[in-house]
Amino acid sequence: MFEKEYDVVVVGGGHAGAEAVAAAANMGSKALLVTMNLQTIGQMSCNPAMGGIAKGQIVREIDALGGYSGIVSDKSAIQFKMLNKSKGPAMWSPRSQNDRMRFAEEWRMMLEGTPNVDFYQEMVVGLLVKGNRIAGVRTSLGLDIKAKSVVLTNGTFLNGLIHIGEKQFGGGRAGEKAATGITEQLVDLGFDSGRMKTGTPPRVDGRSLDYERMIPQPGDQFPEKFSYLDTPVLKTQRDCFMTHTSKEVHEILKEGFDRSPMFNGRIKSIGPRYCPSIEDKINRFAEKDSHQIFVEPEGWNTVEVYVNGFSTSLPEDVQYKALRTVRGFEKVKFFRPGYAIEYDYFPPTQLKHTLETKIIENLYFAGQINGTTGYEEAASQGLMAGINAHLKIHDKEPFTLQRDEAYIGVLIDDLITKGTEEPYRMFTSRAEYRTLLRQDNADLRLTPKGYEIGLASEERMRKMEEKERKSKEFVEFFRNTSFDPTDMNQILEEVESAPVKQADKMFKVFSRPKVSMEHMLQLKEVSDYVKERNIDREVMEQAEIQVKYSGYIEKEKSNADKLQRLENIRIPDNFDYTKLKSLSFEAREKLQTIRPVTISQASRISGVSPSDISVLLVFLGR
Amino acid sequence: MISQDTIVALATAPGTGAIAVIRVSGPDAISTTSQVFEPVRGGSLTKASSHTVHLGYLKEDGRTLDQVLVTVFKGPNSYTGEHVTEISCHGSPYIQQEIIQLFLRKGCRMAEAGEFTLRAFLNGKLDLSQAEAVADLIASENAASHQLALQQMRGGFSNEIKNLRQELLNFASLIELELDFAEEDVEFADKKQFSELLTRIQQVFRNLIDSFALGNVIKTGIPIAIVGEPNVGKSTLLNALLNEERAIVSPIPGTTRDTVEDELVIGGIGFRFIDTAGIRETVDVVESIGIRKTHEKIENARLVIYLVDAKEVNLTQEKRKEVQGRLALLKDQYPGKEMLLVVNKVDALEDGVLSRLTEEIPNALFISAKENKGLDTLKDQFLNLVNTGALTSGDTIISNTRHYNALIRATEEIRKVQEGLESGLSGDLLAVDIRQALYHLGEITGEITTDDLLGNIFANFCIGK
Repeated sequence: MFEKEYDVVVVGGGHAGAEAVAAAANMGSKALLVTMNLQTIGQMSCNPAMGGIAKGQIVREIDALGGYSGIVSDKSAIQFKMLNKSKGPAMWSPRSQNDRMRFAEEWRMMLEGTPNVDFYQEMVVGLLVKGNRIAGVRTSLGLDIKAKSVVLTNGTFLNGLIHIGEKQFGGGRAGEKAATGITEQLVDLGFDSGRMKTGTPPRVDGRSLDYERMIPQPGDQFPEKFSYLDTPVLKTQRDCFMTHTSKEVHEILKEGFDRSPMFNGRIKSIGPRYCPSIEDKINRFAEKDSHQIFVEPEGWNTVEVYVNGFSTSLPEDVQYKALRTVRGFEKVKFFRPGYAIEYDYFPPTQLKHTLETKIIENLYFAGQINGTTGYEEAASQGLMAGINAHLKIHDKEPFTLQRDEAYIGVLIDDLITKGTEEPYRMFTSRAEYRTLLRQDNADLRLTPKGYEIGLASEERMRKMEEKERKSKEFVEFFRNTSFDPTDMNQILEEVESAPVKQADKMFKVFSRPKVSMEHMLQLKEVSDYVKERNIDREVMEQAEIQVKYSGYIEKEKSNADKLQRLENIRIPDNFDYTKLKSLSFEAREKLQTIRPVTISQASRISGVSPSDISVLLVFLGR
Repeated sequence: MISQDTIVALATAPGTGAIAVIRVSGPDAISTTSQVFEPVRGGSLTKASSHTVHLGYLKEDGRTLDQVLVTVFKGPNSYTGEHVTEISCHGSPYIQQEIIQLFLRKGCRMAEAGEFTLRAFLNGKLDLSQAEAVADLIASENAASHQLALQQMRGGFSNEIKNLRQELLNFASLIELELDFAEEDVEFADKKQFSELLTRIQQVFRNLIDSFALGNVIKTGIPIAIVGEPNVGKSTLLNALLNEERAIVSPIPGTTRDTVEDELVIGGIGFRFIDTAGIRETVDVVESIGIRKTHEKIENARLVIYLVDAKEVNLTQEKRKEVQGRLALLKDQYPGKEMLLVVNKVDALEDGVLSRLTEEIPNALFISAKENKGLDTLKDQFLNLVNTGALTSGDTIISNTRHYNALIRATEEIRKVQEGLESGLSGDLLAVDIRQALYHLGEITGEITTDDLLGNIFANFCIGK
């Protein structure tokens, strides 16, 4: 009942799986998406939002390469915000609130509209392996689906175990079955596996809330969007709301601590430190009397509301009693309680930079199975796994991104080099070259690469080229055009910057901290230029950043180049670290398992010291 | 592999010993050594056979540094497989450092930790079975040299750098917190505290850097300026100090420098008087505190002797106040300089007056240059300033050339951070410079990764919606 043999079979239809199957299919592979439930493709299991700090940059990168997450987010957005706008451009981070149901629907429609994507609904219970090479998957009905390559994106479903208070039951998400069989088989094949934990807050009935008692959190006045393509910009938006917990709330929550799976030892696995449950916050930061709670609508029309900041696995009666004590929640009705979930993951140090496993050829892992958390992190891995699965079976060069090229590069390099003990989330501080990895230039950084491998469309490439050319010309205009000192001093007075004595190039004054594009547009030459050349907002923003931050951008570029030297020293595939007795024991162990490709990668492995690196350099004859 | 550059480093344990060995290796090892080495038997090292030992003097511009033994090894028959000279010199850190400095000036490069062994390995001087031992050695040399380098910096300083780095790291975490968790309900960096920290860091680094710079200056002596009104006895004091010194300077070759007219060596440390010619002009009527020339002198000095006439200060209370006022003004104007208030011509005072004056001017030294009184105390005072680190002696430096460079760069980055902070630069751009500064400090104290920052944040702040 299936194609004789698929090029790529993707197991799981979440953010990672959806991107993976789309990428492989768009590049020309015959691809199949197998999922336990075709109704939950592109499901937002946690909060109804995409992007945020560092994550928004990732969505832009996915879009620039030709992935779908940006487009789906734009089409289903109910609110848009550019976070951190008061800071430098590297920090500007787009975030959307989304209609959960529309989001999933858009994903389904996008995939249905992608030629080469087939669908099948059933649980995959095993992998077909020939020697050390993947051959397909086996379903719960006992059907064998043959495939040249397989991408596993199982999310929290592998032996998922849900905890609410003292109750626990198997499940991959609230109301959905867990997946069994795959972990056991992989362990038999020689993989290490571990357990991780994450949690989610209660969903409640918006009609039962008193929004008058909360602080509205509206979207941007002039909302932007994720995709570099022509997706719609929001005309109306829905507000979020903010409220706070209090001492009283904390006291009620504490009453349930003895029945908390977090504290009574039932949950042993590690949860993310930066996304703690409310009980964890109270326990670890006892001195804080109040924590923020964000109330996020789940869609345009639904009354369901997501209680962000109140993730918990306390007994449902405690959740209910405590939440009713929160300002604005006095009459709250629950749709469903919050819960914690434990699931299997495979330490990602068992992967190559392409996300192919080291043990089984043509088998790829993406998303939470690699110990990450977050839709954006998952989607970007899915995209990269889908791309590389396609490239590998078509005998093409692998596609990887460097740490100075993309957050996606940072993410994957961190995963396979350092592994992760807790669910891994992206932060801008994880990137050494944050100033280079901006949301405004993801297209300039990545679209040419996406185009070259045959994923980013012609339209995308032309748009990017036009933006690049126009920005460059605009910057040149500022470099070459002189201002009239009288006009300029008017602006400088307005921003309280020192006046100029004589005419000079615009670039000089534009570089000053307080002078913005808005000010420059007050000069007739500039506004004329913008009108004549039909300069849009994106080009203006790009030119402004290039003028104002060129010093920092250049500095980080040169730092990145310096590191590139170590990046170029490759370590042979079969290098035997066990023979290097002079390496520290820890370094030897780690190097032997992680098997870094370059000296630079080796230097990022925790436990590998600078002296270990010198030893390596000696043996490599440098 | 053929190395292009010639490297130099101390081959024996650092510190004071009977002798020390300095090793030079690379294509120019023998020719460079030959340029500065005068064999007792005459001839040139370049013509010497391999594996021979030569007695002679190390000289630069006619100035003798030390009497040494030079052993010549010609590549490939040497430890590193390159041309090598090994210079056995007298064991004081001062001499060691002088010699290494000399080779650095002649175009050699300071060897990295373990670099001699590395070169030996790369030149195939060690076979495969020895290879593991080599790597071990390099690893241990790294650890040891790192340790050593830290010890060699004055203990207080190295701790201070570590502490400052930690403080900077804490602030960097706060800045990152503000960036990555802008929406969280947490307290962010206190800009004023941060600015104070930056100022403090710059001061400490400046001191360290100065101490290094001073080490380099030692070969020409720590510069001293004698300033004061005409006829207070500047020239007499100068002659008294120098004449006495001439008697002390011993002509043992290699342990002292050629005596220079205006130079004074006390306890192995060189001091040099600025503008002696100016002082010696008998009619220096135009000179007085406050004129431009005097300020130039002070500018170039590390140590300033403000000389006054005992008879003058004895005259009135006002006069004494005036002197103290000027001293305070000088200290204010030149915060980096050490100022000594010296009252001359105590021989001209009547009996009993001196003890009263010492009480009235407690911060002064009382001397008679004419009668050689109090000069030893004055010279002890010079040395004290060196020993307390106010003026730095030479033994803190040489192996820390890398630290010196790291400090210079770190200071530059810190300065940029402070500038940025003052002009209201956004945190992500400040972070670019802070990260660079941390990186350079990491070169001194160990490594840093971005994980440090995140770990710091998660440990101290309640994060997460």
